Amino acid sequence: MSFWEKIRRSFQEKGEPPRRASTYQFNYRRIWKLTVLLTGGVSLIPLIFITAVNYEAMRHAIESEMIFRTTRVVSNTCLSISFFVNERKSALDFIVHENSFESLNNRERLSRILEDLKRSFGGGFVDLGVVDASGQQRNYVGPYNLEGKDYSGQRWFQQVLDSGMYISDVFLGYRKVPHLVIAVRGMSGSGIPYVLRAALSTTPFETLLSQLEVAGMGDVFMINHEGILQTPSRYHGGVFEKLCLPVPKERPRTEVLEEKGPFEEDLIIGYRYIDDTPFILMVVKKKKECMKPWSRTGLKLIVFLLVSVTVILTVILGTSTYLVKKIKIADEKRSASLHQVEYANKMASIGRLAASVAHEINNPLAIINEKAGLIKDFFTFGGKYAEDPKLMGLVDAILASVKRAGTITRRLLNFSRNLQASVEPIHLKDAILEVLGFMGKEAVLRGIEIHVDVAEDMPILETDRGKLQQILLNIVNNAFAAVSDGGHIDIQARLEKRDQVAIVIADDGCGISKEDLSRIYEPFFSTKTGQGGTGLGLSITYSLVQEIGGAIHVESELGKGTRFTITIPIRSEKTKT
Amino acid sequence: MSSIRVLLVDDEEELVSTLAERLSLRGIHADWTTHPDDALRRLETCKYDVAVLDVKIPRMSGIELKKQMEKKCAHTKFIFLTGHGSERDFRVGSQEAGPEFYLVKPVNIEDLIEKMNQLLGR
Repeated sequence: MSFWEKIRRSFQEKGEPPRRASTYQFNYRRIWKLTVLLTGGVSLIPLIFITAVNYEAMRHAIESEMIFRTTRVVSNTCLSISFFVNERKSALDFIVHENSFESLNNRERLSRILEDLKRSFGGGFVDLGVVDASGQQRNYVGPYNLEGKDYSGQRWFQQVLDSGMYISDVFLGYRKVPHLVIAVRGMSGSGIPYVLRAALSTTPFETLLSQLEVAGMGDVFMINHEGILQTPSRYHGGVFEKLCLPVPKERPRTEVLEEKGPFEEDLIIGYRYIDDTPFILMVVKKKKECMKPWSRTGLKLIVFLLVSVTVILTVILGTSTYLVKKIKIADEKRSASLHQVEYANKMASIGRLAASVAHEINNPLAIINEKAGLIKDFFTFGGKYAEDPKLMGLVDAILASVKRAGTITRRLLNFSRNLQASVEPIHLKDAILEVLGFMGKEAVLRGIEIHVDVAEDMPILETDRGKLQQILLNIVNNAFAAVSDGGHIDIQARLEKRDQVAIVIADDGCGISKEDLSRIYEPFFSTKTGQGGTGLGLSITYSLVQEIGGAIHVESELGKGTRFTITIPIRSEKTKT
Repeated sequence: MSSIRVLLVDDEEELVSTLAERLSLRGIHADWTTHPDDALRRLETCKYDVAVLDVKIPRMSGIELKKQMEKKCAHTKFIFLTGHGSERDFRVGSQEAGPEFYLVKPVNIEDLIEKMNQLLGR
């Protein structure tokens, strides 16, 4: 059974037959749907909207935070590197201003300066060289034998002479270790330019960069403007390798942008062109890694949303179903009592009519009775016609007819009297026979055979005589309508349990179709429409059986007959009116 | 054993006169009247053993008539007849006369005589 089917069924009372929609004042399925949709919409739409906004806002906040952090790392690192290079550049600048070309050409003096530089600036300085205007290295102190080397053809040499300063890319050079060169221009006493050239190890950069802790599987390294790695990287190749990412455009400030990596992964790239150097500092992070804390928060939000939606829907479905069901039950009770009142009024009218008819007929009947009796008395006591069997027969026939008419009026009076609710002792067999008495003539005319079998041990019932008789009358009436002439009606009564009696009324009539069987207790359902059927008979029978605390059950097969079983308690606790 | 003396009171003259005649044929002394005042007047001599009253007589109910008659003549017994038999009538009639002396019309004359004998303990 589907979920919806379960809810639909819940609108039906237990044990109660399904009813036609027209029985009800409202369409309950529509009310239920409307309630669920409205309350569900009003509570769920804002919840989903707020959660979505919250989700987006949090994602945005975390992304901004990530970009801010990246920017900060890039800026700070850039400052450190810039400071490192500038400091050394300024030192060289100071040396060329403080020392004459001649003194710098003194090997001892230059050697002492290199020692001082190494001592004052820590790591970095590897060697020092003085190059004259013709490009010849005039003096050199350091671990390599480079004295007398000719730099005149090299581009950097011209650049120093032109602009006064030069910082090289990282390169291997003659030394076969990665290093970079800072060169500054000096002026000899005679106004001829010369160059002081220092080689710096890249180890301090590498140490600085490798010490940086960057979140999100981050990588910090430097490239030159051609995209060649200047320092080793963790995930993007070794020094002097070509970077697998495009070289970002030059900007005066720190920039953060999103790029697709070589494996189509989302990357956050922060970079900055370091002023006065050929270097670009880059911080590359994996976005997925950075957003990990966010995925956990986002998941929590979604779980919260799903749990809330489930709880809200459950509560809405539950309360709607419960309330609509309550309204429906109230409506059913209302319409049932309305029918009951209608029926009671109708029966009361019939009762009054029956009583007055009986009264009006009884008086003339009594006169006929006495007159005919007197005629018979004359015959009997006068002896004149006593021997005339024909006349005596006529008088007897009149008296018999009067007696019959009297029985009918008495039955009518009983019927109207029984409309008043009262529990009284009843012989079931008498009650059945009394009901059949109403139908006796029709049974004879149509040749219907009625068989009554009441068990010997049947106790005296204590129940409402009027209601019991109406129940029996309604069902026997239906049986009469169902059977064809010459049909059979079988009425059996037996002790069902210790305190219950079962009355079975079976006929071999036309039967009831399966579709109709579920609807026969519905008010106004009739297959005899247009033939005087009101469709109230079985609906009222159903109510009456319930009122005397009993139950009614029907089995039927089309063309074979119908079998009603009425179970009633021997002692009716209290009759409901 | 002397014959029973009966007074029949009913607004239907045809019924009450015929009934009286039939009772007479059976050796029962029966007088009849359709008027309650006449009935009371006849009772002054107090010669009736049984009074058979219709529950509904014009101008005075059978029950009221019974009460007045009882004042005049204590030993007279009563049987009620009714053509109606409504619930209320039945209850009142049964109380006044006892359920077995409350008869619904039309009555069998033999039944009526039997009830009289029962009342008089004969």
